[in-house]
Amino acid sequence: MMADNGGRMAARRRTPFEYINVILIIVMVILCLAPLLHIASMSLSSNRAILSGEVSVLPRGINLEAYRKVFQDNSMLKSLGLTVLLTAGYTFLAMLMTIAAAYPLSKRLKGRSVFMFLILFTMFFSGGTIPDYLLIRGLHLTNHIGSLILPALINPFFLLILISFIRSLPPGLSEAAEIDGCSPMRTLTRIVLPLSMPAIATLSLFYAVGRWNGFMDALMYITNPKLYPIQLKLYQVIVNSMTNDPLSMQGDQLVSIMPESIKAASIMFATVPILIVYPWLQKYFISGVMLGSIKE
Amino acid sequence: MKSLRLYLYRNWQLYALLILPLAFFLVFKYGPMYGILIAFQDYNLFKGVTGSEWVGLDVFREVFGMSGFYEALRNTFMLNLLDLLVSFPAPIVLALMLNELAGRRFKKFAQTVLYLPHFLSWVIIGGIMFQVFATKTGIVNLLLGRFGIDPVPFLTDKYAWLVTYLAVGVWQSAGWGTIIYLAAITGVNSELYEAASVDGAGRLRRMWSVTLPGIRPTIVMLLILKIGEIVQIGFDRPYVLGNVSVRDFSEVISTFVYKTGIQTAQYSIATAVGLFQAVVGIVLLLLANAIAKKITDNGVL
Repeated sequence: MMADNGGRMAARRRTPFEYINVILIIVMVILCLAPLLHIASMSLSSNRAILSGEVSVLPRGINLEAYRKVFQDNSMLKSLGLTVLLTAGYTFLAMLMTIAAAYPLSKRLKGRSVFMFLILFTMFFSGGTIPDYLLIRGLHLTNHIGSLILPALINPFFLLILISFIRSLPPGLSEAAEIDGCSPMRTLTRIVLPLSMPAIATLSLFYAVGRWNGFMDALMYITNPKLYPIQLKLYQVIVNSMTNDPLSMQGDQLVSIMPESIKAASIMFATVPILIVYPWLQKYFISGVMLGSIKE
Repeated sequence: MKSLRLYLYRNWQLYALLILPLAFFLVFKYGPMYGILIAFQDYNLFKGVTGSEWVGLDVFREVFGMSGFYEALRNTFMLNLLDLLVSFPAPIVLALMLNELAGRRFKKFAQTVLYLPHFLSWVIIGGIMFQVFATKTGIVNLLLGRFGIDPVPFLTDKYAWLVTYLAVGVWQSAGWGTIIYLAAITGVNSELYEAASVDGAGRLRRMWSVTLPGIRPTIVMLLILKIGEIVQIGFDRPYVLGNVSVRDFSEVISTFVYKTGIQTAQYSIATAVGLFQAVVGIVLLLLANAIAKKITDNGVL
């Protein structure tokens, strides 16, 4: 409501300051979108038009050839399907675990402080990349989809957010339920969970986006191309073409291996799912930041 | 005794709920901490932690003798410092500008668009960057060419690459970073604005003398935290954006650990580097928090 403190008063008289400000913001919005639009139009353009520099924001020589090639390849589609399933499964399990930890820890439980210390400590100190890797190897989880799920089941940060959210709920309802003889489990499923839906939705989205965008764990743990999640797959597409693109500047055989339009189409493949869900998820993201005043 | 039994009878379900999460933390968070021991060993994958030979601090001596380590450390500091100079002020300026927008709809639209890059992975951003900044075919160089400017090797010259790295960082983070400042701005007392305009302060003046001081505690707090994280660096951004020809600048601690540890299987060395970074990182973070506490009476930890 008060966000436009400064704006409200001068709403009647538009000053030059205001015009300049609006213009600058418009420029930034364009700068923000331009790279995406450029890639989108490249994916729809003919390779000849790209190489001669005709493609800027609008596609030239429109064709779906690049997309057809990507579809034909099949491995991209499979990777996309795998990532959708992985993200859905991971988010569900991660949320389940986070709730299972958050509910007891939101109560005055004997031994609570010990649990809290165990959790908080991991936020400041961790084994590190190599010990993580050796553990996954030791558990025979490399090249197993579990390596992308199990090590990240609970984000301690999100757990703290959920704990403080549950604690902020009006205590009357769950107390009444307990007096009426509800077991803790029943109170959780009937009272606490329904009331926590805003927090659960937000955190699920954070988990899902994190998994969708996750790259490093797949790079370390997955070497079997059949199990590549979309980010790793996309990275391979880009890197495999790099030998020709920015690294060797002798331009003749530039882009002979991987046409620019196919690279662009591959990028679109990994981006479009985020773009589709983004607009209506946005409010959750922001409420999430407010929820725990998360920094990033 | 009796009351304890009653307590457990009432609450056993709560403890049962904690079993799996506890197992998770012990296995996947504390398990790797045991693995840190190999930083003090001549670790052999087949002999394991129990069978490998203890070598005291020899591994650290070796690490501190590696030029690659110092380079990675220097680059970590350099990239973080430059990021601090560019990416830290950007969301503040942007938040101040967004706050001055009068049209609610337009403001909402602008915010929606500006937050978007935050949700794209570094692989996607890297892919976009390679195409947009390519020396021959990239749109940026084509546009520069129209003004008669020679192509700039944004991806292959290390100094030009720094500019690219920083610019992409601002593109990705500036919008999202405004959220916390916009929230802080809503907390600024609106009477101050009225008083200021009665005194004849224009928009720019109010922005400078009311809004900015109003969010100063937030700025200071975030700045101190960022400085506390100066030795930490994510993996994805430098790894994906970097390439062989700019390795002098793009090799940082996180990528160095990955390469020595996983690609060349020098587990002990990579673990020691990681441990060094973690310890320095935690000391800096605690220090930063102590300072933040002193300045704002309000720590973060």
